[in-house]
Amino acid sequence: MITAEFDYVAPGSLDGALHALADGGEDAKALAGGHSLLPLMKLRFAAPALLVDLRNVPGLRSIEQENGGWRIGALTRHADLQAREDLGVVAQAAALIADQQVRNRGTIGGSLAHGDPASDLPAVLLALEGAVTVRGRAGTREIAASDLFEDYLTTAIAAGEILTDVRIPALAGWGHAYEKFTRRAEDWAMVGVCALVRRADDGTCADVRVAFTNMGSTPLRATATEQALRGGPLDAESIGRAAEQAAEGTEPPADLNATADYKRHLARVLTRRALQQAAGT
Amino acid sequence: MSVTEERTSGGNGFVGRRLKRKEDPRLITGRATYVEDLTLPGTLYAAVVRSPEAHARITSIDASAAAERAGIEAVFTGEDLADMAAPCPMVWVPPGVEVHVPEHWPLARGKVGYVGQAVAVILGGDKYGVVDAAEDVVVEYDALPVVVDPEAALEPGAPVIHEQFGTNKVFEWSLAGGDVDAALAEADVVLERRIVNHRTAGAAIEPRGAMAEWREGRLTLWSSTQIPHIARVILSIQLGISEEKIRVVAPEVGGGFGSKLQVYGEEVLVAWCARKTGKPVKWTATRSDDMLTTHHGRDQIDDVRIGAKRDGTLTGIHVKVIQDCGSYHLIEGPVIPTFTSCVISGAYDFPAVRTDIVGVFTNKFTTDAIRGAGRPEATHLIEVCMDQLADELGMDALELRRKNFITEFPNERPHGFVYDSGNYHGTLDRCLEMLDLEAFRSEQAELRQRGVYRGVGFSTYVEICGLGPSRALGPDGWGMQGGYFESAQVRVLPTGTVMAYTGTSPHGQGLETSFAQIVADRLGLDPEAVEVIHGDTNTGPFGKDTYGSRSLAVGGEAIARAAEKVQDKAKRIVAHKLEAAPEDIEVAEGAFRVKGSPDKSLTLADVATEAYIPGDLPEGMEAGLDEISFYDPTNFVWPFGAHACVTEVDVETGRVEILRWIAVDDCGPAINPMLIEGQVHGGVVHGIGQALFEQIVYDEHGQLVTGSFVDYAVPTAAEIPSFETDRTETRSPTNSLGVKGVGEAGTIAATPAIVNSVIDALRPLGVTYLDMPLTPMRVWNAIQEARR
Repeated sequence: MITAEFDYVAPGSLDGALHALADGGEDAKALAGGHSLLPLMKLRFAAPALLVDLRNVPGLRSIEQENGGWRIGALTRHADLQAREDLGVVAQAAALIADQQVRNRGTIGGSLAHGDPASDLPAVLLALEGAVTVRGRAGTREIAASDLFEDYLTTAIAAGEILTDVRIPALAGWGHAYEKFTRRAEDWAMVGVCALVRRADDGTCADVRVAFTNMGSTPLRATATEQALRGGPLDAESIGRAAEQAAEGTEPPADLNATADYKRHLARVLTRRALQQAAGT
Repeated sequence: MSVTEERTSGGNGFVGRRLKRKEDPRLITGRATYVEDLTLPGTLYAAVVRSPEAHARITSIDASAAAERAGIEAVFTGEDLADMAAPCPMVWVPPGVEVHVPEHWPLARGKVGYVGQAVAVILGGDKYGVVDAAEDVVVEYDALPVVVDPEAALEPGAPVIHEQFGTNKVFEWSLAGGDVDAALAEADVVLERRIVNHRTAGAAIEPRGAMAEWREGRLTLWSSTQIPHIARVILSIQLGISEEKIRVVAPEVGGGFGSKLQVYGEEVLVAWCARKTGKPVKWTATRSDDMLTTHHGRDQIDDVRIGAKRDGTLTGIHVKVIQDCGSYHLIEGPVIPTFTSCVISGAYDFPAVRTDIVGVFTNKFTTDAIRGAGRPEATHLIEVCMDQLADELGMDALELRRKNFITEFPNERPHGFVYDSGNYHGTLDRCLEMLDLEAFRSEQAELRQRGVYRGVGFSTYVEICGLGPSRALGPDGWGMQGGYFESAQVRVLPTGTVMAYTGTSPHGQGLETSFAQIVADRLGLDPEAVEVIHGDTNTGPFGKDTYGSRSLAVGGEAIARAAEKVQDKAKRIVAHKLEAAPEDIEVAEGAFRVKGSPDKSLTLADVATEAYIPGDLPEGMEAGLDEISFYDPTNFVWPFGAHACVTEVDVETGRVEILRWIAVDDCGPAINPMLIEGQVHGGVVHGIGQALFEQIVYDEHGQLVTGSFVDYAVPTAAEIPSFETDRTETRSPTNSLGVKGVGEAGTIAATPAIVNSVIDALRPLGVTYLDMPLTPMRVWNAIQEARR
């Protein structure tokens, strides 16, 4: 519960932060809201030699419309997101993260860069087919959500790069839902399901996306369910049938509260509920 | 004297009122002082090196790298404690019963028996530096076979944790009355159930902590403890320091729930280190330390047999208790299941009762008293089994209860306990009135048609508290090596206000308020003029501290008696001054006045002036106005009540939600009804925690799986319903206040109400029994099992 010794800097610019990270090498970590990294450090599961705090970097806490979609600064806090109903499922999921104290400090950039499959926003970004912008000393690049999450706590963000923005495409026309199953309100998701449904004029399913929290070492898309539903009717029976395929191919990690089988069962139930809500069925 | 006059204007009538807690402003505004807030000049911080092995011989300890780090003052291991006078004394020595007590030292000597056992301590001037240094201590272990399951530990061939005993059995003893074998033989139905009451933690928000100072041959220990007075005795024994040279202070204590009814190794260790180094030494537990090494509770397997006639008449109850004690004892652990046996037969008129208890060593941390301490286990098994039996008999579960309620009081039970007073029908009647059972049943049926599963469960509990009568508990009774009286001193100051010293050690109960109310009424004061002093062995008489819902029923009675002694003396002074007879003086409206002549009166301030400037006292009377009382009760007290819990179960996921909680408790006349409600709320939350969320889990290697609040799931406000509470008031004949304890009642009552409720909800699906905790997966699995 007491961290190992570390150095700390809080540069006033992005370039300053990038320099500090580069100088710190592999033992340096960027610090955003701190609600993932600091607990790991207190348990001594992580022991970075240098923390580069981004708090003084200007311009990273913002929510702006862009090309019909959204550009959200990396240091935007969960509490900022939850207050913005126009962010749709992002706001809905953000409101379910941990407790209000955590939401007041935790950031979207920190959560995505940490790459914990039990966190809520990675699955939401994956379902939204969003992207992140990262800056390194070599320049800026964009990483699609589908390429971002590589493994447990491992992302495509290279050492020395800093996530600066999150990009979310236009949400108009999509119904949405985030179903999160926990023992206590403040817990990590045992399983979470993000569902997005776009109805065609005739009421059938024009498009659908389903993504899971905590069903594997990364957030996952439920492709079998999506395929089963896409182009077909959105009645309760079709949704129920499609949801039955939700857990196909998943190998969720078992833990104290849930075996892999139980998690797969929860994924099916929650997928059905999320789809019904997103489809307005 | 104007301030005093203003203060005394309240007069009598404070007992029974919902006064706000005097403690709250400092607690709410963060101005209270906990051990962690205290630091003396030159304080050394202690970090403890703990065993990662559950069962192993220590083959070597190399602390050289740690000792060489900058700022490290000293490193000590178990070998260095050779001058310590005694290991942790376990105070339960029941006559005629063999109890195995292994030597439990603050630092392990030679071997370890649980993960987290302390093997070395590092002292240094920087509280972070000592934690880094602790990581540099290299301890080599020779791992031994581990046994974590108490039944496996009793099997022949199991690894024996303490070789000197040749067995993992800690003790075996029985409490019984009536012929249970005959009672079960003549029963039409014998219900048999195995009920597992799992291990839990106290989980106080303030972890443990202690700071010691050794100065001029005297020791002061500040500790986050419920028992400063007992701690002084035990420190004296363990350290070999004469008792009068030791002062123990419990500053603000942020929750105990029994987990600080203890003298832990670290408390003794910092005291020993302070003497050794001559510098103040402070240790504060992290949450991880606390989960690993603050004693756990429960962890019983109860094999229950209950006999009944076809018409529901109960004939007998026999319970075999297996108590997992962990690998070492602290001060009293093995006695805890004895409290299970006291109320094993609940509120019911069983003619024959028998409890056979076996304690077992396992490679886990010690179990000891956690809120309820043995009685939650009893209530859980009897109240769950009453529902199970009703099912078996095809009877209504409430009708079965009512048919067998004890109705005559005082009532001596077959196993020798005398229930003092009660009205079990009364609390159940009121509970049902608040619930509206008929409306619930019709709603329940209607909702089931729509696939919504709701249930209601009841718990009509009785419990034993107010520890306790020394003759029953003491060396010749159960064998506790101590008395269980309580002390109080009521000191009127020269200006007429009061300092009231209690031997109890409140840590959240609100006794500074309720005790002030008791004193105020007896002395014609406002409670604001009564300062309740506690938690410091250098003030007031020797006390017996706070646990077992004893503070009011024993400590409050002592306060009342001391205040009445003061009142008696004051009356004699007033009578002398006003030329009346002492028996004609009454305390009313803030004054001592002559009955029938209210204009002839003196205030306590006037009396204090006479007492402390003794120019005209009655012949032979000593100066001063300061009285002590030691009250040793003649019986325990027996609170009771009826709780109802309405749940809804999501049968697709197994998730349980509590929709309503109705609690009707009877703890005698209220001193402060708001404090009772607070205790009931907190107590029930504790029970909800055990029933739905909390469980200490060790894996098969003896590693603690639930080592933080991420995995050890204490419920939060979001999981808790709004409580509907009420009370009935049945006086206890045991004490003059008529009061019973209420600090543990909610916890003792709660768990079976939830389990019975969930079983009621799932009955149409064929689920007939569930063990706690009712996690979503466990409930879902039970539904699947029932469907097969």
